[in-house]
Amino acid sequence: MNMSLTAELSAIRDEIKGYARDYGLDFYETIFEMLEFDELNEVASYGGFPTRYPHWRHGMEYEEFSKSYSYGLSKIYEMVINNDPCYAYLMRCNNLVDQKLVMAHVYGHCDFFKNNLWFSKTNRKMMDEMANHATRIRRYAEKFGEDEVESFVDVCLCIENLIDPHSQFIDKPEEAAKAEAEPEEEEALDAKLRLKSEKEYMDEFINPRAVIEKQRQQEEEKAKSKSRRFPENPERDILQFLIECAPLQKWQQDILAIVREESYYFAPQAQTKIMNEGWASYWHSKMMTTRILSDAEVIDYADHHSGTMFTQPGRINPYKLGIELFRDIEERWNKGKFGKEYEECDDYETKRHWDKQLGLGRQKIFEVRKLYNDVMFIDAFLTPEFCREHKMFVYEYNERNNLYEISDREFKVIKQKLLFMLTNWGQPFIYVVESNYKNRGELYLRHRHEGIDLKLDEARDTLKNLYAVWTRPVHLETVVDETKTLLSLEGEEYKETELD
Amino acid sequence: MVKRIEKDHSRFRQIIRGKIKKELKKYITRGELIGKKGKDLVSIPVPQINLPHFRYSSKNSGGVGQGDGDIGTPIGRGDDDDGTGQAGEAPGDHLLEVDISLEELAQMLGEELELPSIEAKGKKNIVSDKDRYTGISRSGPESLRHFKRTYKEALKRQLISNTYKPDNPIIVPYREDRRYRTWKTVQYPEANAVIVYMMDVSGSMGEEQKEIVRIESFWIDTWLKFQYKNIATRYIIHDAIAREVDEETFYHTRESGGTIISSAYKLANQIIDEDYSPSEWNIYLFHFSDGDNWGEIDTDECISILEEKLIPKANLCCYGQVESPYGSGQFIRDLEDYFENEEKLILSEIADKEAIYQSIKDFLGKGK
Repeated sequence: MNMSLTAELSAIRDEIKGYARDYGLDFYETIFEMLEFDELNEVASYGGFPTRYPHWRHGMEYEEFSKSYSYGLSKIYEMVINNDPCYAYLMRCNNLVDQKLVMAHVYGHCDFFKNNLWFSKTNRKMMDEMANHATRIRRYAEKFGEDEVESFVDVCLCIENLIDPHSQFIDKPEEAAKAEAEPEEEEALDAKLRLKSEKEYMDEFINPRAVIEKQRQQEEEKAKSKSRRFPENPERDILQFLIECAPLQKWQQDILAIVREESYYFAPQAQTKIMNEGWASYWHSKMMTTRILSDAEVIDYADHHSGTMFTQPGRINPYKLGIELFRDIEERWNKGKFGKEYEECDDYETKRHWDKQLGLGRQKIFEVRKLYNDVMFIDAFLTPEFCREHKMFVYEYNERNNLYEISDREFKVIKQKLLFMLTNWGQPFIYVVESNYKNRGELYLRHRHEGIDLKLDEARDTLKNLYAVWTRPVHLETVVDETKTLLSLEGEEYKETELD
Repeated sequence: MVKRIEKDHSRFRQIIRGKIKKELKKYITRGELIGKKGKDLVSIPVPQINLPHFRYSSKNSGGVGQGDGDIGTPIGRGDDDDGTGQAGEAPGDHLLEVDISLEELAQMLGEELELPSIEAKGKKNIVSDKDRYTGISRSGPESLRHFKRTYKEALKRQLISNTYKPDNPIIVPYREDRRYRTWKTVQYPEANAVIVYMMDVSGSMGEEQKEIVRIESFWIDTWLKFQYKNIATRYIIHDAIAREVDEETFYHTRESGGTIISSAYKLANQIIDEDYSPSEWNIYLFHFSDGDNWGEIDTDECISILEEKLIPKANLCCYGQVESPYGSGQFIRDLEDYFENEEKLILSEIADKEAIYQSIKDFLGKGK
């Protein structure tokens, strides 16, 4: 199958690439490939990669993609891989306007991948890496049996989200943590040993230096002889912890490492969904409407663009929210609608017509695309005006009538809710606290409860999978209905114990 | 070319059907997509397997949305567990399910009941499994190594890595270069087959009994059609006399009269003699009755027709006896006594709808 672009499309690509560079976008070399719809569905099922390890989960994705396509419900417009060079796919049967739109959109993504800070630690040769992973897992399947290997992959996938996306930005996690922890401990110890002295001049007599020093040494001895806790500090990268400490066979260790690596690779995409799509949409819209479109294409373009931006009531469309926020930022910085003076102005009319003609908008959005992720983006740039203009609201579940209902249109509430949904991409924070719980080699995890309970049946089954890896009883401390509870899985037996 | 995804996809389908990895069955959710077919909305089932994760319970979480509406305006129902209710175009109950073709149904039936593929008779038109080499894979037994493809891969690699020397063209394949042939087992159900359905429509066969017959023959039909490309179906109804009818009449005739089973057997025999030579056709006979035959003399006659004519000609003679409040149910016991070791005659008692399952298994479980 010939996957390269036709002569016409190559010319268009070169043209669009030129515009993108003119606007200051900066991207890796981008390779476009043409695929038939079924090939595109296949690649999409593999998360955009031509080669992934064999697993039924990809088959499941494929079923959904191909069904939605064949019943005309949805089709995949664009797909682009964060890699150097970037790879992007075009569907052969799309019409020319669509191909142009996709290309322009893709250059936006490629610029984002290359420049956004949160992508800076991702493997830019992931295409090759994924193929390596596939080969390794295929080989294990040959050697240890397909079912056995697949089942273990299942186990790993249940816990794939137990990573710490920030850990990659800490150079030496252990030492950094230590440096932070020690002085604090010292102060605490000091305070404990010192007797209370009201008058400063009496201190020398109440707390003689020699005695304090002696006591301190005794305390430290005690602390040392105490069985050392491992991990020393609660650890969020549970996968790494398991790779290092769980009694796994070599091939299992390797598979867990593969799943972990892929999780880390995909994490920034989840962290920057709104920004990434917003940025790409901003640029396809800008380039299409100012440079690329011919008169005859305007209607088709408008139709497809509005299709992408369509927001179902009760949902957030990252494309729409992203593009509007970027435009809002650009306008505000162009007009100088920021800073102390603007914030403190309380005259509505003055604020509305505020225009200092600073022209800093373009510069600002490039800065934002470099430094921010979704959480920071919303935190910094969502304004009450924006919420009002875009009719944003918060909805809650109403138990009485089993409906989700609009509950609030207050800016603060919306922002808080949105931030909560985005923090840790809407997933609970789980830490491993202790690997030798009860001195019996049992694993103790803690869920940092932030107001929302865990889904208990799934938590139980996830514990089962953790047990399969750890092979000793596994515990999770969480909160159920406002009561601190310990979920424990010991062999076949599952129980929930209330803690005080 | 066999696509990589196909293997993952068929594995997924197998899990969904509960064929393999039964431990995942409880994670299957029956999602659906709402599509349009002409004017009607149709539901397209999209089963998913949701592996468990540590995640928030959705009910008390809520979320953020965009759109019109005052506080208290409902935006979606809470039944679906995925948290975000979908608003608007809630389709009514007039949804049609699309998705499963009869062929797929038959396949599922076959898997569920563990029915063997049918071995047809006649040398010319044997149903057979054939292994055909259809694809190439990266792993496999050494005996199936595809020399040419392996060579090509190695050559390609050496060309790319610039280790190919035209003046000394030695190609050394690595493990990664090896290609193996893969095969698919294909069935060729090319033989011809005819099914003759016979049903007792005498006074003692009520609506319920006929319903059972209808359901059972539908499934049998589906299975046999899946097994044979060319299949003919003939229908006979009988009370005291037998006559051949079309499908519609077969299922809808009202009950009346007494029962002389031999009349149906005679007619079946006649049909076979006229149209279906046993050397060329695979013949299936299914007879359903409540087993209340008129007198022993006729039962004897039935037995002799079966023994001398029908059984030798047919692949399979099946008699299904539906339980009825009026019938004595003697017929099946008479047959049992007489044909103790006759492999080609299968008898099955169908007490109620629940028993259909087992009965189909009885009939088709031998792979004849």
